[in-house]
Amino acid sequence: MRRRDFLQGVAAGAVTFLFTIPAGSAPIVPTRPGAYPEDFNAFLKISADGRVGCFVGKVELGQGAMTVLAMLVAEELELDPAKVDMVLGDTDLCPWDLPTGGSLTMWHTAPVLRGAAAEARAVLLGMASNSLNAPVADLALKDGAIWVKTAPARRTTFGELVKGRKLERHLGKVKPKPLSDCTLIGRRVPRKDALAKVTGAAKYAGDLRLPGTLHACILRPPAQGQTLVAADTSAAERVPGVRIVRDGSLLAVLHPQPDTARKALALVKGTFEGPEPDVDDARIYQYLVDKAAPGQRVMISRGDVAAGEKRAATVVEGEYRNAYESHATLEPHASVAKWEGGRMTVWSSTQSPFVFRDSVAEALKLPPDKVHIIAQFVGGGFGGKLVGLDAVEAARIARQVPGVPIQVAWNREEDFFLDGYRPAAVVKIRSGLDAGRGAITFWDSTVAGVSQGEAELAYDMQSNRYQAPAVPNLHPLKVGAWRAPNAHTNAFARESQLDALAAKAGLDPVTLRRRLITDGRLLSLLDLAVETFGWEPAPGPTGRGIGLACGAWRQGLVVAIAQVSVDKATGKVKTERVLEAVDVGLVVNPDGARQQVEGAITQCIGQALSEEIRFKGGRILDKNFDTYLLPRFSAIPRIQVVFPETSTAVTQGIGEPPVVPVAAALANAVFDATGARVTHVPFTPERVLEALKHAPAR
Amino acid sequence: MEPTVSFVLNGKPVSVASPRDRMLVWVLRDELGLTGTKVGCEAGLCGACTVIVDSEAVPSCSTTLGDVAGKAVLTIEGLALDGKLNPVQEAFREHHAFQCGYCTSGMIMAAWAFLKKKPKATRSEIVEAMEGNLCRCGAHVRILDAVESAGQAMGGAR
Ligand code: FES
Ligand code: FES
Repeated sequence: MRRRDFLQGVAAGAVTFLFTIPAGSAPIVPTRPGAYPEDFNAFLKISADGRVGCFVGKVELGQGAMTVLAMLVAEELELDPAKVDMVLGDTDLCPWDLPTGGSLTMWHTAPVLRGAAAEARAVLLGMASNSLNAPVADLALKDGAIWVKTAPARRTTFGELVKGRKLERHLGKVKPKPLSDCTLIGRRVPRKDALAKVTGAAKYAGDLRLPGTLHACILRPPAQGQTLVAADTSAAERVPGVRIVRDGSLLAVLHPQPDTARKALALVKGTFEGPEPDVDDARIYQYLVDKAAPGQRVMISRGDVAAGEKRAATVVEGEYRNAYESHATLEPHASVAKWEGGRMTVWSSTQSPFVFRDSVAEALKLPPDKVHIIAQFVGGGFGGKLVGLDAVEAARIARQVPGVPIQVAWNREEDFFLDGYRPAAVVKIRSGLDAGRGAITFWDSTVAGVSQGEAELAYDMQSNRYQAPAVPNLHPLKVGAWRAPNAHTNAFARESQLDALAAKAGLDPVTLRRRLITDGRLLSLLDLAVETFGWEPAPGPTGRGIGLACGAWRQGLVVAIAQVSVDKATGKVKTERVLEAVDVGLVVNPDGARQQVEGAITQCIGQALSEEIRFKGGRILDKNFDTYLLPRFSAIPRIQVVFPETSTAVTQGIGEPPVVPVAAALANAVFDATGARVTHVPFTPERVLEALKHAPAR
Repeated sequence: MEPTVSFVLNGKPVSVASPRDRMLVWVLRDELGLTGTKVGCEAGLCGACTVIVDSEAVPSCSTTLGDVAGKAVLTIEGLALDGKLNPVQEAFREHHAFQCGYCTSGMIMAAWAFLKKKPKATRSEIVEAMEGNLCRCGAHVRILDAVESAGQAMGGAR
């Protein structure tokens, strides 16, 4: 499938046919992993009552996929989005799709779905033309009805047209409606999940109560990477109703009550084996630098860095760090599995149903079509629910107790322990500015812990070099994708470094960026942000506590401006105000997009100021929200979000971009307030106090 | 057979045969099938499990069944009356004051308990009242807006 401009969409296929299927039946169109189906019927089913079922392999994480995808279908079919019933993330019913992450839904799936809906519209109009005996051009379409414009009594409905019929047609490509005719795109639409969520009716995986369910609590090692070698379960087995299941090194205590299973698990004594790395949260940075050093490779290079350094009038050397950070979704991981009739069904809290299906199949040595994943409402993902360990655990246990639904719902301690964290990282940058303060003469960056992903932005540099390590298993702890992976680590380093260069050269940070930016779209976004915020140019530190940073995630661009106040006695940073200007192309659902930006800003206040996984060897010391600190209401600043009125970019997802520059903007704001540069994320009060010690007296 | 504990749940009397030291959240979710009350930390730190007991918002993960004997317990399922959303629910829906929705039940219960006492609250009083409830998705600004406007709808116009 080629990626296309969103507005062009992609017509689904050549052969088309329409019919209705009863809910829960086998997949209507077999899907080939790795590609979207050609046939639009895989995405859309029109039922006898005229409602439209829309089947997509993405999931609702809270990001609003359910609403925005329904909008696209409703737009083409001229329906109220409330008439579109979304079925998301069911691997039997929905066509294959990539995981829900990386801001791919709008970029990848949306054009395909829109093309499918456009084709369905054309097919329906063609059918109506036959049945009403009028040319398509004379027909009107609205709210599931089609009629002859000049004789509205000659009308039919989707339901009447489709009912009991099967049709085959070759339509070729069908163009979606032009934007000028769109009535939903760009408007505020009520979220489809609102009622279920405000009434408590929304079902998350842990809420399922299938008859006969046993709750499984799994014995965990004290340190990551260790395995069970022996266990004494005798005391647990004396608890009435308890059942023990073992599968290799997996040991689970089963009970009809989740709390009783948990209490009985505490009675199991396990012996574990396995090496623990000799490292902790203080020594991790040197550990990464040392381990990465022999594997460092030049990933990007332009011009002669050594010669560039000779031309530099102002040189800054910076080292930027970030800690391991947990996804800490409010809903801990949960899955329910049932083995029946030679098939494994798993109801899961998942960002990637098809990956979960394959993982479960592999773990149980089953063909993938013997595994059925049904995504539930997901209580937050952020990259933390891409892998499926909980689903595999539930399935392995369920395989041993045929016919019994097994629920595995991690508690908070397990969720912190088993998470794949945002990697800790160290970025070292040496760079210089020419005497005219208008050109970066050299930029020399070496990263350990993440890749060089999104390290570059559209800044003019006479020479540069980016090194990153090719070292397998670099991290002593489990790591994973965390919203805008690599990009936010690299943006923190780059934008802090630019700020330091500007300050050292006595330049206003916006002025420096204006001189460097080579991309018109980024430049006008910077102008939009600066104007909306009311930025007054001055070289830092000004004492005002205002900082700015830019960032990108693919073609999505962001400029963040933050204002903070710093208590110099305690080192506490209070975020007063954050503005983001975000260019992600055409915004289909402005309110949903705004929510994503607000959420990202809020989440990154935690990332920047307080969130850090503390550990010793493989032992994770943070076990709950008393030590792992998420931002609470009192930490929330005034938030502003602006989108450019027009954009030349292809529609991008908005889950990741707004994450990218927040920590850097906050760090630059701390510098502007105090003259102290914080270089270690999170900049906790202790780290701020430490930085203040080294700040020049003002 | 356990002796039963009786209390009033969402306006109706119930009796549960379960140990008195069992946490209310499990009784609600498992014995009574009310899964709208969520579990996020089991330690009184996140507020996802917030319910109202005799007009006080409490974490049901840290409240025992015995604690509510003879009392009135209100959960998210008991807020809407005859299919009509309560003003806080209505405001959360209107403001899209949620993303994943996992914190939402607890947020709404905490806000309702607070607004019943103080519909004319200031923004900073609302912040203080909601401080025990975590939202990982960052819906905070909208939650505050929703609580403020629900207070106004309840007759607390300032
Ligand atoms: S689950 Fe009760 S406060 Fe978190
Ligand atoms: S909406 Fe997801 S935790 Fe609040």
